[in-house]
Amino acid sequence: MKVAFSLASRFLNSNKTQTIFIMLGIGVGVSVQIFIGSLIGGLQNGLIEKTIGNTSQITIKSKETTFTNYEEIIKNIKNKEIADILPVYENSTLLTIDNNSTSLIVKGFDIGLGDHIYNITNSMVEGKVPFKDNEIIIGTDLKKEYNLILNQEITVVDKNRNSITFKIVGFYDLGVSSVNKMFGFTTLLTSQNLFGTGQVSSIEMQVNNSSIFKTDVISEEIKKNLTDNYVVSNWKDANASLLSGLQGQSISSLMIQIFVMISVVLGISSVLAITVMQKSKQIGILKAMGLKNSTSLVVFIFEGLILGIGGALIGVMLGYLLSLSFTTFALNPDGTPVIDLYINYSFIILSFIIAVISCVVASIIPAKQSAKLNVVDIIRNN
Amino acid sequence: MEVISLKNINKFYGETQILFDINLTFNKGSFNSIIGQSGSGKSTLLNLIGTLDKQSGGEILINNKNISKMNKNSLSKLRNEEIGFIFQFHYLLPEFTALENVLMPYKIKNKKVSKEALMRANELLELVGLEKVKNNLATKLSGGQMQRVAIARSLMNNPSIILADEPTGNLDSDSTEKIYELLREINYKFNTTFIIITHDKKVAEKADRIIEILDGKINLDITK
Repeated sequence: MKVAFSLASRFLNSNKTQTIFIMLGIGVGVSVQIFIGSLIGGLQNGLIEKTIGNTSQITIKSKETTFTNYEEIIKNIKNKEIADILPVYENSTLLTIDNNSTSLIVKGFDIGLGDHIYNITNSMVEGKVPFKDNEIIIGTDLKKEYNLILNQEITVVDKNRNSITFKIVGFYDLGVSSVNKMFGFTTLLTSQNLFGTGQVSSIEMQVNNSSIFKTDVISEEIKKNLTDNYVVSNWKDANASLLSGLQGQSISSLMIQIFVMISVVLGISSVLAITVMQKSKQIGILKAMGLKNSTSLVVFIFEGLILGIGGALIGVMLGYLLSLSFTTFALNPDGTPVIDLYINYSFIILSFIIAVISCVVASIIPAKQSAKLNVVDIIRNN
Repeated sequence: MEVISLKNINKFYGETQILFDINLTFNKGSFNSIIGQSGSGKSTLLNLIGTLDKQSGGEILINNKNISKMNKNSLSKLRNEEIGFIFQFHYLLPEFTALENVLMPYKIKNKKVSKEALMRANELLELVGLEKVKNNLATKLSGGQMQRVAIARSLMNNPSIILADEPTGNLDSDSTEKIYELLREINYKFNTTFIIITHDKKVAEKADRIIEILDGKINLDITK
């Protein structure tokens, strides 16, 4: 092994220009792989974050409108992939201001707990989050439409014709116009006190980022522990078109990466085949001196390994720089990156390992070619 | 004592027969030359003795081991430990220095170079008069120097047999003389068996035994 490694490294070192060019070739392939992966990853994360980042990803509802045993249900949900659980009381009401009426969904939940899902605190543009009884926050779109101001009192009427008065303590902007227009957020206790003591209308959940595409499986597991009286839905059911879009992206990204790797493998394989021919004289004399065919094979496997490691390292650096320059120079007018790249270190490490393995695999055919070289043929030809 | 024994050796390349029923034995420490015209089959004979090629018929025994019954790995081991090669075109590894080239057979055998091995390689380079250029890359050496490195390398594992295929064919008469003297010195010093193919009559005449091959057959076999 040692002699094989020494021969491989010396062979590569003896033709530095060729070695550097091969490594650069591998490097460019790996960098494209990392860049495309990061780009598509960023694109997907952005899309997921924007569409389902601030919503419930798994929701438990009762077939009846509301239910009371929510604490017991939450206690029984032991799935480690669930990041946040939030009991919510949601009620559709009618808001009337100056003879104009609009529907307002009053959503009550523990604001501190719900922040993980709805990111309310960071979305506040004015005032504060509701804390006391009968405090509510309203979206910026509704504020504009009805010229609402802080500390203004508004009255809503629920379906049972109960009239309830809230005090506006803040305005939020969640970035989605329909939400900003239709939702008012209050505390769970306020909501329960006003609409139904001790009840909730749903339990909302978010999962860990790594489990975002497994919500269907997770919701099935949750469903198993519940009676038929409950319905468990997840974002995948409700966003089939988004899901197929994301899957399409993933597949196209994977295809690009596979074809880049195939071209790298073919490139290395053909270059190494030429190297075997270039070094046939040396291999011939080494075999005459007693080098075994298997060792001669290992020499070129080592060449593949060295080229793979060198090329993949260059590729990781190039890919990282490419990604970094993309987020630095490809900017929106407001200075934010066009696409927030998703630099996933485990993906980079995986790309590195795949590149190295590909290079070793690519070297197998030329290595076998070297093992088959016949000493007598070499001596005669020279 | 017989080091090499060839019994009824035939060799075909396709339909063409190159060697015809060759029977030869070589004694330990003997200095043999093989002469013959181009295409007579002398290099083929040397390649068979060196286990680089396989005979089509007959038996070859090296140090009483029948090489026909050995697998490729065992043949590699035998070449590494018992046979040293010197070729006409030097065949040094250009990527390595003179010293590293000399050490190569040892590295193939033992993986790690011991102090003793390094000392032996240095001694061999001294023997061939190249201690001053031992750290030069093979490509930086002259033709004569390369051939001397090849000789030192062939001796590294202390083989019992040295096979040389026109070792001085590419050199001027002065260098030829020096190389021949060197081979003779090694022959006396280490009692190594030499089989040398040569076109040079002067070299051939200095050997203990001259074998002439003509059209794949032994035409002449003179022992002095």
